Amino acid sequence: MTEVRLRAEGVRLGYGDRVVVDDLDLDVVDGSITVIIGPNGCGKSTLLRALGRLLAPRSGAVLLDGKRIDRLPTKEVATVVGLLPQAPSAPEGLTVADLVSRGRQPHQRWYRQWSAGDEEAVSRALSLTGMDVHAERVVDELSGGQRQRAWISMTLAQDTSLLLLDEPITYLDLAHQVDVLDLVHRLHTERGTTVVMVLHDLNLAARYADTLVAMREGRIVAQGPPSEVLSEQLLSDVFDLDAKVLPDPVAGTPLVVPVSAHLSPDRG
Amino acid sequence: MKTVHDVVHDVAAAPGRKALRLGPLAWTFRPRIVLVPLAGAALLVLVAALNIGKGSAHLEVLDVLRTLLGGGDRRENGIIFDLRLPRTLAGVLVGAAFGLAGAVFQTIARNPLASPDILGITWGAGVGAVALIVAGGTRGQVSGVVAELGVPLAALGAGLVAGLLLYALSWRRGIDGHRMVLIGIGLSAIGYNAVYWLLTVGDVDDATRATTWLVGNLAGVGWESIGPVAIALAVLVPATLVCAHTMGGLQFGDDTARGLGIRVDAARGTLLLLAAGLAAVATAAAGPITFVALASPQIALRLARTPRPPLVGSMVLGALLTVGADLALRTFAPDLPVGVLTSVLGAPYLIYLFVRSRKGVRA
Repeated sequence: MTEVRLRAEGVRLGYGDRVVVDDLDLDVVDGSITVIIGPNGCGKSTLLRALGRLLAPRSGAVLLDGKRIDRLPTKEVATVVGLLPQAPSAPEGLTVADLVSRGRQPHQRWYRQWSAGDEEAVSRALSLTGMDVHAERVVDELSGGQRQRAWISMTLAQDTSLLLLDEPITYLDLAHQVDVLDLVHRLHTERGTTVVMVLHDLNLAARYADTLVAMREGRIVAQGPPSEVLSEQLLSDVFDLDAKVLPDPVAGTPLVVPVSAHLSPDRG
Repeated sequence: MKTVHDVVHDVAAAPGRKALRLGPLAWTFRPRIVLVPLAGAALLVLVAALNIGKGSAHLEVLDVLRTLLGGGDRRENGIIFDLRLPRTLAGVLVGAAFGLAGAVFQTIARNPLASPDILGITWGAGVGAVALIVAGGTRGQVSGVVAELGVPLAALGAGLVAGLLLYALSWRRGIDGHRMVLIGIGLSAIGYNAVYWLLTVGDVDDATRATTWLVGNLAGVGWESIGPVAIALAVLVPATLVCAHTMGGLQFGDDTARGLGIRVDAARGTLLLLAAGLAAVATAAAGPITFVALASPQIALRLARTPRPPLVGSMVLGALLTVGADLALRTFAPDLPVGVLTSVLGAPYLIYLFVRSRKGVRA
């Protein structure tokens, strides 16, 4: 059964006078990992912000479980959708435990700020990312990979069935990139979390996505399983990239190998 | 790393946070957040008693405390309750209001420079108060009910207008702390100049009255000014403390805060107006006592070792700083109003903050 959790219906998105995304439709199916790819400035992050209710569509609508997301109370949305913005910033001196605890905000009231449930969710989120050993450290003293894991823990403590992640691995080294994506994958298989994320690395995108969405200039060019979407023709159409697509020797998913100009045989 | 199921069955207490729970109520318990206000309050009682004891008829601290608790003789009761208590009580209330206002502003602007005296709220309130004094002066005396309620209300109204202006002018799809501080400095300059223009328009007597008030003065405060402040604080302080539970989330960027289910603009706008109200009421009662709102949240933050200024701690330290400054001045330079000392202390601290903020340090 494929139940749609998040749906964008003919959304037009923009900032000021600039329209970034126009008349776009997208369905996010329950329990799937959807990865949005596309060149810089194609509207990936803008779309993700609209799905997370950070940006109101100029026209069209975003539906969460069939209801217009802009008509649901902000707090209610935050108990269902957790989102991690690109390059979030923490105030000086905040510890990892404090940061992750803030993820409980949507479950709290002013008179109920640290319940047993909050404590349990925070401990669980810290263990899942392996950040429990760093709980007492100050966020701005962590390495890039640890910091990103701390932020992901905060989103996990929110205990939502939907996760929107905007470039969650951009500043990490390759080993940490794989760590974070493995964690996302485990949440997806063990808890049935529905994930939508924006990634730049096409090979990792192909490896972890159930559905790959390729965007260019505010429109969706192709979507579907990575093996169907990621073709040499698509890379040329979407990224203006001359590349070979081979089977990934580890995962069997498509592997993109760019053809560099200085190596091409017809160079002379 | 463990699997999700292992973790579910293996939940230990979250490190670093103890809980304070009672039925449906639950808060985080941090010893320092409780200890700092307690220690501050104990010190405040001592300083307040010293301040009350001071005067032409000297009273010992213990006698002051005994009288306050109801064990004084007729003479002691007369001196303390009729004459001296209003001044110190005003210091406590005004200082607490400035401390809380500063803590709120600094948190939502994410900038230690953001305090009502820098952001133009204090001077905005000043414009309201001085305008009423001067206008009243030219059209018959301001006296009786108009003076007791009119001046605080005018200050409150003008302070809230300044707060709204500040919010409207610094809002560009969200609030940036640095922009807010710069716009506040501009508003302050306008308010400051408006006050001095009003003084030149008004007659000499009114101008003199207004000037003593303008430096920040506890000396002239009587019971009639305590009432309005106490009532305003009784409303504004609990409202601020209840609204404050979104402040932890508001310290992050707007997207993160929204993702946590906070209605960012509504929450921040409400807090900003409450803080502007607190600062305006305090200014109305005792004039623009600077530095207290700027420094007490930062001192409280360092003592309590919290990621943002603790609210109750900032209030207690604000009260302690104000009454302490009053006592220090009365001891060493009896003719100067308290606002002078706080300004003298405030200037170098402000320069220090400016230097630090160039390095990107945040509240």
